This record gives sequence, structure tokens and C-alpha cells, in this order.
Amino acid sequence: MLEVKNLSKVFTVGLFSRHRIEAVKNVSMNVSRGEIVSLVGESGSGKTTLCRMILRLLEPTSGSIKYDGVDVTRLKGKKLKWYWRKVHGVFQDPYASFHPFYRVEHILYQAFNLLPGLSEEEKKIRVHEALKMVGLNPEEVLGKYPHELSGGMRQRIAIARCFILDPELIVADEPVSMLDASTRVGIIKLFSDLRDRMNSSVIFVTHDIGLAYVVSDRVLIMYKGVIVEEGDPLTVMDNPSHPYTRRLREDVPLLYRKWEGF
Amino acid sequence: MSEPLLLGLGLRASYVLRIGEVRAVDGVDIEVPRDAVVGLAGESGCGKSTLVNVLLANIRPPLRIKSGKILLDGVDLLEMSREEVRKKVWGVKVSYVPQSALNALNPTKRIIELVKDAITQHTPATDQEVVSLCKRRLEELNLPTDSIHKYPHELSGGMRQRVIIAISTLLNPRLLVVDEPTSALDVSTQKQVLKMMLDMKRNRIIDSILFVTHELPVLRQVSSHVYIMYAGKIVEYGPADSVFFNPLHPYTKALMYSVMTPEPETRERGLVAIPGEPPSLLMPPQGCRFHPRCPYVMDICRSSEPRLVPVGEGRGVACFLHHSEVAS
Ligand SMILES: Nc1ncnc2c1ncn2[C@@H]1O[C@H](COP(=O)(O)OP(=O)(O)OP(=O)(O)O)[C@@H](O)[C@H]1O
Ligand SMILES: Nc1ncnc2c1ncn2[C@@H]1O[C@H](COP(=O)(O)OP(=O)(O)OP(=O)(O)O)[C@@H](O)[C@H]1O
Ligand code: SF4
Ligand SMILES: [Mg+2]
Ligand SMILES: [Mg+2]
Repeated sequence: MLEVKNLSKVFTVGLFSRHRIEAVKNVSMNVSRGEIVSLVGESGSGKTTLCRMILRLLEPTSGSIKYDGVDVTRLKGKKLKWYWRKVHGVFQDPYASFHPFYRVEHILYQAFNLLPGLSEEEKKIRVHEALKMVGLNPEEVLGKYPHELSGGMRQRIAIARCFILDPELIVADEPVSMLDASTRVGIIKLFSDLRDRMNSSVIFVTHDIGLAYVVSDRVLIMYKGVIVEEGDPLTVMDNPSHPYTRRLREDVPLLYRKWEGF
Repeated sequence: MSEPLLLGLGLRASYVLRIGEVRAVDGVDIEVPRDAVVGLAGESGCGKSTLVNVLLANIRPPLRIKSGKILLDGVDLLEMSREEVRKKVWGVKVSYVPQSALNALNPTKRIIELVKDAITQHTPATDQEVVSLCKRRLEELNLPTDSIHKYPHELSGGMRQRVIIAISTLLNPRLLVVDEPTSALDVSTQKQVLKMMLDMKRNRIIDSILFVTHELPVLRQVSSHVYIMYAGKIVEYGPADSVFFNPLHPYTKALMYSVMTPEPETRERGLVAIPGEPPSLLMPPQGCRFHPRCPYVMDICRSSEPRLVPVGEGRGVACFLHHSEVAS
């Protein structure tokens, strides 16, 4: 469904020295229908840059992105809107992507800008159903402002937007890293719900190898802008081939095994 | 049995605000034995950092202590003035690395100047002696000795945290209290910091550690005992392995089911979400504070509050499911 080929992004920074940062280097990856793929890597490894290119929020320096066989790398206008209906982003802090002056109701109705042709009645039904799907009571939250909700509730609203739009691919960039462990699980389950109910695919970005291991069908390990390893999570953890992955496995604290010498 | 290093009894403390009282520590008993690493876990906002401040007698408005007793090495801290505590306790008997320490150091001073500021009131040592004391300590812990002449920002996050911990314990206090010391670090750096703290204990620089974190896998690696906190109260405590592998309180069980580690056991066990949201400490639920989210809730849980009772083998739990066991 999604085919990324030789995608790169170079940032040039500095006024005089023009320093080059190769944030993403020649990355190729695929995502199939209904698949949950995790992208794991340390801070600064290029995960967000890659996501933003896939979401067409950032222009790639080179390479291509194909969706259902269509080259979307340079789509514009109406065609780009078509792509944005199918591919939707969820970010680390939904607060930053919500307008603070708008109530939840308005924030959710904005989604219909990408979904023309629905009657008011249909919109209302979709909003209410989406909120129930993410475990929120519409009467309780629709009139609230983002700052009146907890981080977990805001993330639920962001996911409710996915249920409204019914996207085929969700790109979730660290959607639970600001949340508590106990709240995290509820949110992660919503992504697998989206997959199970709507057969959506999910790209899950995280620096938490444990999370990736538990939720995904496939993991991609990113290191310094490059995807250095990929496979099903059990194989990657049992048999890591890249030194970074090996270090990750050795250093991540486990629950059922104790570190040697500790 | 030797007397515990730190003992807090019947502790109650609130943030007194105009809109009401945030009862962040609401009837807590806690003990740190000698030669132990005690973990304090619980979700964000449950009162962990507040409890730590209370235990160190570091109480400033709007935080107010309502009742309780704190015995550190047999001395009651609440009987002392703040000035006395500052002189005789902090840095001497107990060192504290607060939650935001990593970014809270004065950026305009070199590490060694920070050490001197902190230490002069406690020791007659000359500047020269302090420098050599620092160097010896850093060497002992395999840290680069030249870091004392650097500014905080010149050290990487992990190195800065290790240096902070190493020099804050220069006077060999018996207890080290650390609040989320590794939450901002990547896993490899985290492991180095954890290892260094355990080395300090092995080398007898300190006797015990009180380790605050919401990350259970970290506690599994380092702690000998754990306390689980929920909404201002301790709901379960005991030796780490028995709490981890045989949790008794429904909240502890739920926490275990939300841990995600890259192990086959975790995948097989699956994930279970805790329904609902953590309660407000301004208006906590009646009865058992966990009852609105508890899958085992009974009638009594809505009206009465379960006490924290010992259930044998050094364990205790605050849940009516286990009170009946004790009775029968
Ligand atoms: N707009 C930008 N201008 C210049 N450099 C950038 C820009 N955005 C990102 N970078 C650089 O690109 C590299 C990759 O950053 P990116 O945010 O993609 O990493 P990440 O894997 O998402 O990290 P994190 O886990 O911290 O979110 C970093 O070195 C970063 O500093
Ligand atoms: N200075 C303050 N004034 C008013 N309320 C406060 C203050 N500091 C903390 N609180 C409140 O007291 C409660 C307990 O906070 P505390 O910081 O002790 O929790 P915590 O368990 O350490 O959380 P975290 O895991 O996020 O560090 C929270 O409800 C918090 O909002
Ligand atoms: S006392 Fe009741 S509500 Fe509280 S944890 Fe036990 S069973 Fe659940
Ligand atoms: Mg990022
Ligand atoms: Mg805290």
C-alpha cells in the first residue's frame, strides 16, 4: 500500500557556514494493508523527519513515496487532499496540534473539511460514534476546551479524529510518550482497534522497544537516519544483527529477567 | 533486627490552595531499611515527589504537613528547625537528587564551584581538600576527574547525572534519595547511571537508596523492596520480587499488566488497560480511592477506606479483598 523508496532529507542550517544535516538517508520501506509497523530509534535518529515526509508535511530532498501505486511525492492541491484523507497523522502532544480557543466539538468537526458531502445529521452521528469508540462520553467532552482535558483524553480526541476520517494509514509519532504507563495501554489498544475494525494500517513511532515489541507485526530499527534492521519483533529481539539493536536489547530494563551484576 | 534507616509514620501533607487542599500525602507509613534499595512507584501525580519532600522535611508553602513522624537514623526531623535540618541532615545524613536536577544546576558555575557552595557549611575542609575529595570520589566511580572544572552544559545528560549523584554524596550520607533520575535518559545511559548508584552502595559510600520512578522494569532491576502509591496513599509494599510476581492489590496487578518490555512473557501475558483516569487529589473518591477503576469493587469499597495491613512475609496491602484473609 505504502512504498517509500530511497527517501532522503538534508537540512541545511546556519547562515554562513551552511552546515548540512542528513536527517534521513536513503530510506526504503513498505507498509501493507492492516499492518502495524513500528519505527524504533533513539532521539535524533530521523523518525519524525521520515514521518513528516510520509505525511507530506515536509518536502523530501530526494526519493519517492508511492501510495496504492500512485506517486504522491509531489502531489498538490486536490490530489494532495485525497492523499490526506487516506493517510492521517497523530502526534506526541495533541495539545500542540489543537487550537486552544476551540472546543472539542469544533476540533472534531474540522475533520469534515477533508470529507465533503455529509449531512449535519451524518456528521453528528460520526462524531458521537467516534468519541464512544475511544471511550469518551460525548456529552461530557464536546463542550470542553483542550486544556480542560488530561493528556490521555486529548490523545483520545486525536484518535477519535481517526475514527471519523476512517483513514487507511495512520502515522502516529510517539503518541504515548507523554502519558503514564497505565494510560498508555488504553491508547495503544485504540490503535489496534482501528486496525481490527477498519483494517487500517499503523506506523507507530517510538523510542520504546518494549512497546514496539508488544504491539507490532514488524519493527524497523532506525539509527542515524538509516533503517539498519527490520523484521518481526521476536526475531529482531532474539537475533539482533546491528550493534545498535544489540545494545538496545542489552540495556533495556526487563521485567522477567535481571541484568547480570546488578 | 536493626532499626530502620528512615521511618515515616502517619504522614499527612497537603498543598493548601485557595480552591482547596490537594491531599498529596494522605496517611503514609514507609520504611527504608539499612542496606536496601527501596522503590517508590505509582502513576504521575499520585504524590511520589511530595512524599519524598515530606520525608526529607523539605516543606515549603503551599505544602503543609498535617501530622506524622519522620525518624532518620533515630532522629525526629519534624522536631528540628529548617535551619538545623539544613545544617545537620541534608548532604550529611541524606542526599537528595530531585526530579529536575539534570536541568536545574546553575549554568554559570563550574561543577567544583557548585560543590563548594553546597559543602562549605557542612565541613571545615579547605578548597584544596574539597577538590581532592571530589577527584578521589570521581575516580573511585570511574568518572573523568576533569569534569569538576566543566560547566553543567558541557557534560552529556548521562554524565551530568552521574556527576551530580557522585558529588552530592561526597560526605557519605547513609541514605541517597533519587527522584526519576533516569527518566530523561536513553536506555544505555540509564543503565550506566543505575550501575553507578549500585556501585556506590557496594562501596559503602551510602547504605540505602530510596528510588522514585513510575517505571517498574527499572525497579525490577535495582530494588530490594517496593512501595506502590496511589492517590496519596501506599496501597502495597513488600520485597520487590514478591510484589512484582505475586501482586496482591488490584492496582498493582493492573500496573503489571500495563508494563511493556521486549520479552516473550510480556507478549503472552498481554496488555490490560486500567479504565478511567487517576482521581483528583482535591476531591478524592470516598472509600477505597481505587474503587471507580477497580474490577473487583465490592459494596464496602465505596463507603469505607481499607487500611494498609501487614499480610506476612514483610508485605502489606490496603484492600478489602485481603482484609478478610487476615481475619479468617
Ligand atoms: N527543521 C529542521 N532543521 C534542521 N535540522 C532538523 C530539523 N528537523 C530535524 N532536524 C535534525 O534532523 C535530525 C533528525 O531529527 P528528528 O526530529 O527526525 O529525529 P527523531 O528520531 O524524531 O528524534 P526524537 O526521538 O528526539 O523525536 C536531528 O539531528 C535534528 O536535529
Ligand atoms: N506546588 C504545588 N502546588 C499545588 N499542587 C501541587 C504542587 N506540587 C504538586 N502538586 C499536586 O500534588 C499532587 C502530587 O504531586 P507530585 O508531584 O507529588 O506527584 P508525583 O507522583 O511525583 O508525579 P510525577 O510522577 O508526575 O512526578 C498532584 O496532584 C500535583 O498536581
Ligand atoms: S478495596 Fe475494593 S475497590 Fe479497593 S482495591 Fe480492594 S477490591 Fe478494589
Ligand atoms: Mg521525533
Ligand atoms: Mg514526581
